[in-house]
Amino acid sequence: MSEPIHFQPTTGFAERARAAAGDPALRRGFRGAMDFLQAKRLAQFPDAGDLATLRDLGAAIRRHALENLPQLLEQLEAKLVANGVQVHWAETPAQANAIVLDIAHRIDAKRMVKGKSMVSEEVGLNHAMEAAGIEAMETDMGEYIVQLAGEGPSHIIMPAIHKTKQQIAELFAARLPGVEYTENVDELIRIGREVLRRKFAAADIGLSGVNFAAADTGTLCLVENEGNGRMCTTVPRVHIAITGIEKVIARLDHVPLLNTLLPRSATGQAVETYQNFISGPRQPDELDGPDEVHLILLDNGRSQAHADLQLRATLQCIRCGACMNHCPVYARIGGHAYGTTYPGPIGAIISPHLLGIGATAALATASTLCGACNEVCPVRIPITEILIRLRNEAQARPAAVGALRGAGEARSALVSTIFRAWAAVYSHPALYRLVTWAMSRGRGLTPRTQGAWTGIRTPLIPARKRLRDLLAERRRQ
Amino acid sequence: MAHDTRSYPQKPADAYLFATCLVDQFAPEAGLDAVRLLEREGIAIHFPEQQTCCGQPAYTSGYPDEARAVARRQIELFPEAWPVIVPSGSCAAMMRHHYPKLFAGDPVLEPKARALGERIFELTEFLVHVVGFRREDRGEPCTVALHTSCHARREMGAHETSAALLAGLAEVTVAQQARAEECCGFGGTFAIRHPAISEAIVSDKVASLVDSGASRVVSADCGCLFNILGRAEHIDRAAGRGEPSLPGEHLASFLWRRTAGEQG
Repeated sequence: MSEPIHFQPTTGFAERARAAAGDPALRRGFRGAMDFLQAKRLAQFPDAGDLATLRDLGAAIRRHALENLPQLLEQLEAKLVANGVQVHWAETPAQANAIVLDIAHRIDAKRMVKGKSMVSEEVGLNHAMEAAGIEAMETDMGEYIVQLAGEGPSHIIMPAIHKTKQQIAELFAARLPGVEYTENVDELIRIGREVLRRKFAAADIGLSGVNFAAADTGTLCLVENEGNGRMCTTVPRVHIAITGIEKVIARLDHVPLLNTLLPRSATGQAVETYQNFISGPRQPDELDGPDEVHLILLDNGRSQAHADLQLRATLQCIRCGACMNHCPVYARIGGHAYGTTYPGPIGAIISPHLLGIGATAALATASTLCGACNEVCPVRIPITEILIRLRNEAQARPAAVGALRGAGEARSALVSTIFRAWAAVYSHPALYRLVTWAMSRGRGLTPRTQGAWTGIRTPLIPARKRLRDLLAERRRQ
Repeated sequence: MAHDTRSYPQKPADAYLFATCLVDQFAPEAGLDAVRLLEREGIAIHFPEQQTCCGQPAYTSGYPDEARAVARRQIELFPEAWPVIVPSGSCAAMMRHHYPKLFAGDPVLEPKARALGERIFELTEFLVHVVGFRREDRGEPCTVALHTSCHARREMGAHETSAALLAGLAEVTVAQQARAEECCGFGGTFAIRHPAISEAIVSDKVASLVDSGASRVVSADCGCLFNILGRAEHIDRAAGRGEPSLPGEHLASFLWRRTAGEQG
């Protein structure tokens, strides 16, 4: 029974990133997977104009929901309760886990099966269940693999994307009794399925995430490809759904548009294999379904993002993972190096609200601001603008009232002094001319070792004459 | 923010050059070739002596006050209604798209920033859409690879105008490279803050440029060029190669030379 791991993402990020970038197998694996996913996504959006329109609509639906968040959450709760769903509110991960444990203890649950849920990763649910003696079994094949390996997901859609089939074959042979080593992928999946089948039948609780929660009808929408989500939400006698408060949308008829964007952006599929619409527990005249359905709505810092009109856009996310699939940084270091539940560009902008600005400051700087993420985001989150804002907040002078949690914690006296000096030179043209003149005249004295730059590059040396000197000479001729 | 569709002015008699700090101090030939290209088209180029830097290093590093202190000085430098041409897509995007955000809410500077933004043109954009650049290619047949910076591509659409200029050179073949649209790993202070990640990205970029079979790389952004060429040169030195495996230059210099300079 292990304790939850409390990551301090900033600490050790550079070391983890260096190790990952220097691991050829990891680099090959992620590169191949990212190229594959990029090509598949592109094939699903052959018309740039159509894509732009879909993204406009997707962004509008999500912005509308966030602009009306308090009212929509109240409406969602009222509709769900009317449908027979029990609604719980959690401000913190600990509260979310306590709610699940309360339910589990009340029904004397011993076993839980889990559909894929990043929010359950965010709150460390598996650890909390294990600590209480309840088996919490991942049933998404990728999640099952990383759970078996004692790891966390390295991608929000494809949790085991960092693993090769050889590694999975070794893992299955080592951990599953009576299983022989095989690299046959179909056989590996069959083995996994067989284990999971038995678990579905024996589970007391099925846990799932939520993709969209429609306020007008009180419907929980859940998409998936393996059918395990349907099993988790229908077979056990109790279904607990857990999600962030931002997942609410105003209307059920907003789902088709969002579901047009989500699978295409995520895995390059036109449609998911399973679309589940859950509107309550089994009714007296129905043959199957759970006796109880619960929804846990988690805040965990999301209110802070929501309160800020710029940072609110962070919550538009529909968790497709396209930003990480197209990120040059993510492709080089993979998901684990980030040290956060949510890796990649979306992780860098959501994690500060979950863990604090200071603890995640390195993640905000770990971007070239190339904008590939902005370009593919199906709901048009301006990710790089938010990264710049978070960099500002990380360096901010301490103590404004209402400041974001952890603001100013990454302020460095040295870097601040450098930028003050830089601004002094570059905002005073006479000083700039003097400094650049001296640098060009003294170019022979330019250090050949220029910190991290020359670790892998030749040094930057000022030209003999600046452009302004060349232009002045040209005018004189 | 995708690059926008904009309406372009008639070819002017006068225009400003905002050279950028990198060109002024580290790549002055690129700036000079940009001036030569433009003046050969009959445009008088004015270089405000007070110009320094667009302010992007501070803007992207979390120091907006310092960025504003530098940016506000640049906003004042272009009193005539002439276009302002920038031989760097990244700095052009900073002045066109990010100045208005940097000065958002400032009753004086925000409108000025917006007005200036309307007059900011990236060099290749200006050559294609305003000048209608069309000069005979006088060079030997050669194969080049084009690298367009991320901001030039995504905020200024300069990948299309750079490619159009190369397509107008009869003897130049543009090599296909793997992942042309991927970042080179420069990212300003990113290259210093996250050296291992930057190294991984730029090394891949160098490899795909070399593998493209091009004899050189051209780019309209000096930041990327210094990153890519500096990495390629470092690899060459480590391997004991005397000849560069990946020479490169600013697109302005390449264009000027191909179109035979003053004789063009």
